[in-house]
Amino acid sequence: MSKIFTRYGDGTPVELSESELWEDMRAGTEDAADRANVPVLTDDDLKYMYDILASPYSFVSCERGKEVILTYDAGTLKIRRVGVNVDRIQALQVYEKIMGADTMELCHVDYSYKPIKPIITMEQPIMEQALLSTHIPLLYGAMPNLGLYSQPDGPFPNPAELLPMGQIKEARESLEMTVEEAVRDIVFTGSAMYESGADGINLDSVGAAGDADFLASLMACQKLKEKYPDICIQIGMAGEFILGMHGELEYDGVRLAGLYPQDQVVLAKKAGATIFGPVVNTNTTESTPWNLARAVTFMKACGEVAEIPIHPNMGMGVGAVPVNDHPPIDTVSRASAAMTSLCKLDGL
Amino acid sequence: MGDPVSMAITHAHASGMGGMRGAGDLVARAQMSRGMRTWEAKEYVAEKLKISVADLTDPVIMTEVREDLQIGQMTPMPGCAKGIEAKFNIARELDFNINCVNRFKTRTSI
Repeated sequence: MSKIFTRYGDGTPVELSESELWEDMRAGTEDAADRANVPVLTDDDLKYMYDILASPYSFVSCERGKEVILTYDAGTLKIRRVGVNVDRIQALQVYEKIMGADTMELCHVDYSYKPIKPIITMEQPIMEQALLSTHIPLLYGAMPNLGLYSQPDGPFPNPAELLPMGQIKEARESLEMTVEEAVRDIVFTGSAMYESGADGINLDSVGAAGDADFLASLMACQKLKEKYPDICIQIGMAGEFILGMHGELEYDGVRLAGLYPQDQVVLAKKAGATIFGPVVNTNTTESTPWNLARAVTFMKACGEVAEIPIHPNMGMGVGAVPVNDHPPIDTVSRASAAMTSLCKLDGL
Repeated sequence: MGDPVSMAITHAHASGMGGMRGAGDLVARAQMSRGMRTWEAKEYVAEKLKISVADLTDPVIMTEVREDLQIGQMTPMPGCAKGIEAKFNIARELDFNINCVNRFKTRTSI
């Protein structure tokens, strides 16, 4: 029996037998179901995924009619990152006219709301000029990045230093203070960019610093939505699971620590988010069939309960995309096709 | 992270609506301004453009539609609406509330 070409989660090539591929898919969906308390994929889902993974072609796509909208994080950064020397408005035009982008995001290389605040008047004219010459919806994006608010980068005691010393109360107080500061910065920056005409604001890598990070994003989203009822706010997550760095923070009576995507999206909607971007992290030591079945299991459950559009993250290292600066197209296209075909989602 | 060929371009071909080659930007606006999920957003845009949902990703049909309605096209011909001009037309034809169009009107006293 011939072997099927696939890859590990770090992109390393590997060949699996049919039975090995099936075993990996089943183990992946069971892992997700067990962690998030959601249903495993059906046999029909797994058969569909098998056909995608076992396809002999280098590139696989979704079926005609199942196409979805693409949003981007760190949008204009990705052109500069590969050393192409164009400015940000040109980068937006490259995405719009050359790369088939449905939407795009303007951002700064220092991709967090805190450092944007003092240079906001340099950012606003770029957005205003970009909006004159482009057609697709433009968001302004950055990360809440609560890590920047604790010492040595910020004013508050560092919870990561306090916790190992057993100073739990002090660590929690510090995190609560960072939430207040971060909300102020996000609302200030988001307001300025919206008043410059942006179609929306993207809060990217939400939850990277744990439950306080998620809380700050939800509170900022709520404040921006109250201030500008028509604003589009996208909340894109950093990981599949909210880390309980504080452990007792709540939003609308719901404890944030430990939430998985199907619960996160409910709170995002309550906060007024327009689009929610759930994440499933890629495991580098497991195969793509394992990672893909696992990712689709989480996302399928999220899509079933979502009452707002969801755009699962499918960038490097998430959504079964390998952890590599140059994710192989064979694997990315398979992950893309399976995700859009098997889940009730609205974009990537 | 991830280089644009492996991420943005691959997803655009595997699962994207094609942006301005189709009606991707318009369906995105329906999601963003009206909170519609994809299937609702596609139906809304198709109805407004008087085409089928399947036509939304067809670059041949959509180029004609976009040219007729002056809502921006991949290859901008002389005299056609471009940039903010096209977005004025998108707001009118698809009944979207576009932030920069509204602010343009305010700032120019239109």
